[in-house]
Amino acid sequence: MKKIFFSLILMMATMQLFAQDNGVEMADSLRSNGKIYVVVICIVIILVGLLAYLFSIDKRLKKIEKENHIEK
Amino acid sequence: MHKTWWKILGSVLVIYTAIAGLLLGVPHLAILNETIRNLYFHVPMWFAMIVLFSISVFYSVKSLSSKNEIDDIKAVESVNAGIIFGVLGLITGAIWAKYTWGQFWSFDPKQNFAAISILLYFAYLILRNAIDEEQKRAKISAIYNIFAFPMMVVLLFVLPRLKDSLHPGNGGNPGFNSYDLDSRMRMVFYPACLGWILIGYWVYTIRFRIRNIENKQQHN
Repeated sequence: MKKIFFSLILMMATMQLFAQDNGVEMADSLRSNGKIYVVVICIVIILVGLLAYLFSIDKRLKKIEKENHIEK
Repeated sequence: MHKTWWKILGSVLVIYTAIAGLLLGVPHLAILNETIRNLYFHVPMWFAMIVLFSISVFYSVKSLSSKNEIDDIKAVESVNAGIIFGVLGLITGAIWAKYTWGQFWSFDPKQNFAAISILLYFAYLILRNAIDEEQKRAKISAIYNIFAFPMMVVLLFVLPRLKDSLHPGNGGNPGFNSYDLDSRMRMVFYPACLGWILIGYWVYTIRFRIRNIENKQQHN
């Protein structure tokens, strides 16, 4: 009886492993509460900064083109 | 070229990629795990490079018939901008490979051929610098570029498919299209490609306009 009970407990323990969907580890829970949003915000700030910088270069270039009378 | 709307569109798409690419769901695949998101960042680099090199070969053909210096400058500056994206693609690919294939450089056919095609375009720039006479430089480098472009296409899209490459879609490996690139990923992948192509084109126009001003000042 003790043996059967013990093996049943062991089987119950392994059931948890099968419960996870296809067993591939992904950062699903990490995305919700693992502060991944902080990383997203940082990346977006960097991208916005660099793109704004590109726009400012573009603007300056337009000014220089005007001074040099370069046709569009 | 001087309009602003497509620059804003490119910026918005790239920023959208960063947000949606990190937060939206992806297929659960072994080994790849979360690195599948690299598809949104690594692959568009190559698309941007190919578009810029296509622009270059277009202006090389044009400069041969028009003999216009502007076309020659356009050809070289689009190669200059394209190489930036090619090098970024190589580096991001190597990092991705380290954590999925095990090594930064596993001498995968596509990796090797991508490096060779970048070298082809380095050779183009070196060839240009080696010729002082402007007319001759424009002509010789345009002809070289016309040969380099199909070589690049063959190296990146034909030869890796004939060998056993670790890249998806090569050497019997299924492509991302077949089952990985599901509709969720398409929602991010296509805007990412378009966004980075627009940014690449923008960088090229800025380079070209600077070069154009320098050119005018030299002639005056």
